[in-house]
Amino acid sequence: MLSRTADNLFWLSRYVERAENMARLMEMGYRMALMPAAGDGNRSEWASVLSASGCAQGYDPDMPLRQAEVADYLIFNRDNSSSILNCFENARANARAMRTAITAEMWEALNNALMELRRTAMHNLAKTDLPEFIDWVKRQGALFRGATDSTILRNDGYDFIRLGIFIERADNTARLLDVKYYVLLPETSMVGDGVDNYQWTTVLRAASSLRAFHWVYRDDYSPYHIAHFLILNPFSPRSLAHCSEQITNHLEHLARHYGQRSPVHSLAVETYSLLTQTRMDEIFSQGLHEFLSDFLKRNQTLSSAIAETYYFGGQ
Amino acid sequence: MFNEMMMNDEVREPYRALVDWMEASGPETLQQKRLEAETLFRKIGITFAVYGEGGDPERLIPFDLIPRIFTATEWRKLERGVKQRARALNTFLYDVYHNAEIIKAGIIPADLVFRNAAFEPAVIGIDPPRKVYSHIVGVDVVRVGPDDFYVLEDNCRTPSGVSYMLENREIMMRMFPELFSKLRIEPVESYPDMLHKTLKSIAPKRCDREPNIVVLTPGAMNSAYYEHSFLADQMGVELVEGQDLFVSEGRVYMRTTRGPARVDVIYRRIDDAFIDPLCFRPDSVLGVPGLMNVYRSGGVAICSAPGAGVADDKAIYTYVPDMIRFYLGQEPILNNVPTWKCANPDDLKYVLENLGELVVKEVHGSGGYGMLVGPASTKEEQATYAERIKADPGDFIAQPTLALSACPTFVESGIAPRHVDFRPFCLVGDDIRLTPGGLTRVAMREGSLVVNSSQGGGVKDTWIMAE
Repeated sequence: MLSRTADNLFWLSRYVERAENMARLMEMGYRMALMPAAGDGNRSEWASVLSASGCAQGYDPDMPLRQAEVADYLIFNRDNSSSILNCFENARANARAMRTAITAEMWEALNNALMELRRTAMHNLAKTDLPEFIDWVKRQGALFRGATDSTILRNDGYDFIRLGIFIERADNTARLLDVKYYVLLPETSMVGDGVDNYQWTTVLRAASSLRAFHWVYRDDYSPYHIAHFLILNPFSPRSLAHCSEQITNHLEHLARHYGQRSPVHSLAVETYSLLTQTRMDEIFSQGLHEFLSDFLKRNQTLSSAIAETYYFGGQ
Repeated sequence: MFNEMMMNDEVREPYRALVDWMEASGPETLQQKRLEAETLFRKIGITFAVYGEGGDPERLIPFDLIPRIFTATEWRKLERGVKQRARALNTFLYDVYHNAEIIKAGIIPADLVFRNAAFEPAVIGIDPPRKVYSHIVGVDVVRVGPDDFYVLEDNCRTPSGVSYMLENREIMMRMFPELFSKLRIEPVESYPDMLHKTLKSIAPKRCDREPNIVVLTPGAMNSAYYEHSFLADQMGVELVEGQDLFVSEGRVYMRTTRGPARVDVIYRRIDDAFIDPLCFRPDSVLGVPGLMNVYRSGGVAICSAPGAGVADDKAIYTYVPDMIRFYLGQEPILNNVPTWKCANPDDLKYVLENLGELVVKEVHGSGGYGMLVGPASTKEEQATYAERIKADPGDFIAQPTLALSACPTFVESGIAPRHVDFRPFCLVGDDIRLTPGGLTRVAMREGSLVVNSSQGGGVKDTWIMAE
């Protein structure tokens, strides 16, 4: 497979996943903002969403940190490279550059999503009914993944698509959990009260994991279990452990397929081992934020190593 | 004017079954089919526009659902005529880059070849595999009577439109399954396979294994990108851009996830000038530095060969019948349109005196740009054009306004005759192959003779009846 094609497939799926996760972040902000103000009316939900999204730096400091402005920035802002609109534009540009490597179904899912998103009606919907818009974005992600799963050959191209999905998803789950950290930061005394618990369940909800969680832990919505579910539980499809397992599997598959191993494989296994061998209390005592920051760094290193190993930048 | 469907108020034989079917179906069904086709094509059309980028709806090519039909006998003649030209043109190309016998024999003026912008000194003396320079020849044919076919021009570089031939058929078979099951229409689906075989057959002699073939595109911004990706897809080969290829130790490689992979045959859809910045335009980023050196040493085959354009120049065109006689010792099966070369003083005089009846074209022009259609022009336009001709007579040729045949076509007001031309695609490799079909282009405006898609022309499916 052409390196450029692999590069495009990898980023194509990353961008679709990212668009969806931007929506999830906003869902979380939206739900948290519905709660009575914690402390002295200190509303930091939307600032937290911005920080967690990783695109706080580009946000105009003169703009108010309200839903309307932040959501518009995260959805439609052209200067924000991770805005949902840019994610879909980039995904489609990647798809177009290697049209022969993806199926018609995948192309249509992507193309339709972008066409619809460009309509002004969408702009209005995002303004008046954010939850509805968020659902729309998640649906587009599901459509694209569904089209991919049911139509594309299980060759190396599929591995690169899946690598893109899980690198991005791991990144996003870690960021979602980090929102909780940012929101809680000024009010550590609130740990364990009603607001705190509500915020934790909101994290679950934004990860579309509320029901799944319930099946595993019943109604024990303790931070310990919620963090465990999203970090260490290998059965949770958005957990860091699961993403890491998938990444390891697909890299292994490529190694077998190409008959060649490289440092990227050890790197992936190392992170995976960390996630299977660490206990939740160790993470909490080390500090959740510190643990997540470390993970985000590892994930980024892994992404660069994949690009290097498979010559994304040429050779 | 010859009507493809009707002659002396009688339906011509190849169209009889179609007309019967249209009459039995009634206007309502037809109208409904037309809407259906529109919906279907809008869907695919959107895809076309997307590939054409800019999303410019003007770039969509109108599709007409009434097919253009040839009998087996008509097709056999066309097929033989096109193959004959493809053979002569390739012999000519080999000749002008080697001994130039045809020039020594005084049949074609040396200036016309060697001072031609498309003549490529960099390939002089190169022996491409099977001595073929132009592997895909698109010959534009028009018809003026039951047995009168004329060749308008030959396209020896990278003729496009073959994806439309295949897509049109796809749509038609979905729209009219009952017609296809009733009539015996030659299938065109084998084209990608034939193209693949042709490309395989021109692998360099140094290639010691199953050749690795790629389609080289300028990229997604090119207006024919859809066709490039379509063909690569259909042949199951990689679609590459210049940045995906590199030259090392006398061979061409593509960058893959498993490291460099050798490339043996390049079906390039970029112009000569952009193939290799070291050899041609240094400012181009589309090509592959060093590619021409590898080509010259026989390390890679390029389709079509650089320099092939010298054979499809409009001034060279006038000599194709002479080439056929000179190289093949045969009489041309398909005629050229009588052509006046303005470089020739007598011709120039005649052209200037008869501008109102002639079609004048720039020698290097294409896509229907920069031409004067005499009967449709004003006195002022003619006067302005005359000045251009006088300034550089060698740059112009003129032809009589042909009464192009017309084919019934769905237009705003219903079904009406519209002028058509025809481009079959001839493949030249170990064998000369022709898919039974081609691209019929139609001038959608009443009375218009301009069928170029850049000038608002449309396309139709072309049916060749089986024997």
